[in-house]
Amino acid sequence: MNDFYDVVVIGGGPAGLAAALSARRHGAGRVLIVERDRELGGILQQCIHVGFGLHRFREELTGPGYANRYLRMLADTTGIETMIDTMVISLTADRQVTVVGPAVGLRTVRGGAVVLAMGCRERTRGAIRIPGSRPAGVFTAGAAQRMVNMEGYLPGREVVILGSGDIGLIMARRLTLEGCRVPAVLEIMPVSNGLTRNIVQCLDDFGIPLYLSHTVVAIRGQDRVTGVTVARVDDALRPVAGSQFDLACDCLLLSVGLIPEVELAREVNLTLDGRTSGPVVDNRRQTSLPGFFAAGNVVHVHDLVDFVSEEGEIAGRWAAVFAAGGMGGEARSADVLPGEKVRSVVPQKYVGDGDHTGQCRFYLRVSQPLGRCRVTISDRTGRRLASKRLPVAKPSEMIEIDVQHSAIEIEKGPLTVAAEGV
Amino acid sequence: MDRQHKITCVVCPRSCVGTIAADGDGIKSVSGFLCKRGEEYGRAEVTSPTRMLTTTVRINRAILPLLPVVSSRPLPRDMLLTCARHLAAVRVEAPVREGDVIVKNILGLGVDIVAARDMTVYEGARFD
Ligand SMILES: Cc1cc2nc3c(=O)[nH]c(=O)nc-3n(C[C@H](O)[C@H](O)[C@H](O)COP(=O)(O)OP(=O)(O)OC[C@H]3O[C@@H](n4cnc5c(N)ncnc54)[C@H](O)[C@@H]3O)c2cc1C
Ligand code: SF4
Repeated sequence: MNDFYDVVVIGGGPAGLAAALSARRHGAGRVLIVERDRELGGILQQCIHVGFGLHRFREELTGPGYANRYLRMLADTTGIETMIDTMVISLTADRQVTVVGPAVGLRTVRGGAVVLAMGCRERTRGAIRIPGSRPAGVFTAGAAQRMVNMEGYLPGREVVILGSGDIGLIMARRLTLEGCRVPAVLEIMPVSNGLTRNIVQCLDDFGIPLYLSHTVVAIRGQDRVTGVTVARVDDALRPVAGSQFDLACDCLLLSVGLIPEVELAREVNLTLDGRTSGPVVDNRRQTSLPGFFAAGNVVHVHDLVDFVSEEGEIAGRWAAVFAAGGMGGEARSADVLPGEKVRSVVPQKYVGDGDHTGQCRFYLRVSQPLGRCRVTISDRTGRRLASKRLPVAKPSEMIEIDVQHSAIEIEKGPLTVAAEGV
Repeated sequence: MDRQHKITCVVCPRSCVGTIAADGDGIKSVSGFLCKRGEEYGRAEVTSPTRMLTTTVRINRAILPLLPVVSSRPLPRDMLLTCARHLAAVRVEAPVREGDVIVKNILGLGVDIVAARDMTVYEGARFD
């Protein structure tokens, strides 16, 4: 059995699928996708609502509909093998990938290049701080989404949701449509991170109350949740004495944020970015270890799957080039830094693009809510390489800014991305 | 008597909050939206709000017990829950292709419910 692949892609979500197709298109002869789930498509398969693909396909698809487009493309492509129900359990710096699964057993394959596309996982930190016993009926919102939309179970009948990010909001509507009651969505911050559209269409449409600046201070129930105690919080997010009230419920969902899945990246000591929690990448999506590329939610948690696919295509293309020995030696690079009012930026390094035509896209998040503002990218000399005006900017919404490759001079790095009110 | 409706526009991220006054005969005044698209959205929200419906139906012989489905067009907002409860009792057989009509003209509303993805027959399926 030949265990060498030009490109090995870890994770079969939208990032991995786009990377594999792109690697193949850019000359990789033999590509492998390893996916631990029983199906390809990643998290898309559980996101059954509409709102995917507006950029890429010019229509609003469901998550499974978006995945379906890519699975059909995959079916029409030769040279890409898939191992499903198979998990990557270890990686080495010389690109040995050890996998385990019922169909393949325990096996090690080698890649000419490796693309990390493992997505993200849900934070559970919020749960740990809530006092009370640990009765059944407490889930993360994403786990509940999978249960309700793919497996056919309900997590409960009366469901309180803690956290008003988009997954929490979407689950409030979803559970209501399934016949559950959602007495409240609670948000510890004074504003919701969710899209306005989701607040209107997931909560207001069904008369579900959103309590801002409120949190759960106790979970009640012995074997099963019977209710939660809720309190208002002050500016320092501390519960306000005397503001407590009880809500009866048999289930509490926690929707408290996502974080890149970087266990495997740690195994090969990739440099991580403390702001995104994902590996540092250059504009080709190569990580700090040559031959290892990364794309999608493993790099930084995206809002739009369209950009996940785009990032996958970049990673797949350059992985194919690397595998063919076409990457050249140590490239010169310029760091890309978050400046004023910017929390994080990806890619964190710029190395150019070979032929230097076209644009390089940078993704950023602002560090505070801004009204009308301008986002700029400048080099060390203060020269502005690109700028973009926005009517509003929120930390929860990723912003993209395009720069002409021909405008960037690597020796004038670092590049700084900043935002300012105008 | 006029009724004032406060409508948050969801068409773009600016999230304008407009005010629409209406009585039994229709819309009297519209203000607060920064652009035409928002104004149109606001009017529709007051007169006949519609939404896309996404939910699941049961499927036999597939890799999962559920098939995600979506409305072919937006449905009246007030009918979402009724349609979803109606679909909870629907059961189909694999194979299904994306776009296949699962329920034609749901509850006489003139909108079809279609499959959101392909689902092939799965050998290891749990029969139930
Ligand atoms: C719980 C949750 C809910 C979400 N809901 C929404 C939503 O409602 N709306 C929205 O717009 N966006 C949502 N998102 C964002 C969505 O994840 C992105 O748009 C996009 O799907 C990310 O693509 P990806 O390929 O980077 O990651 P994923 O889609 O997560 O794919 C990663 C894949 O890698 C596999 N994998 C991980 N580790 C291994 C390993 N060691 N070996 C083998 N395979 C592995 C996983 O099984 C998974 O299939 C949600 C994200 C999460 C985590
Ligand atoms: S009214 Fe126009 S500008 Fe205001 S939110 Fe709606 S679409 Fe945007």
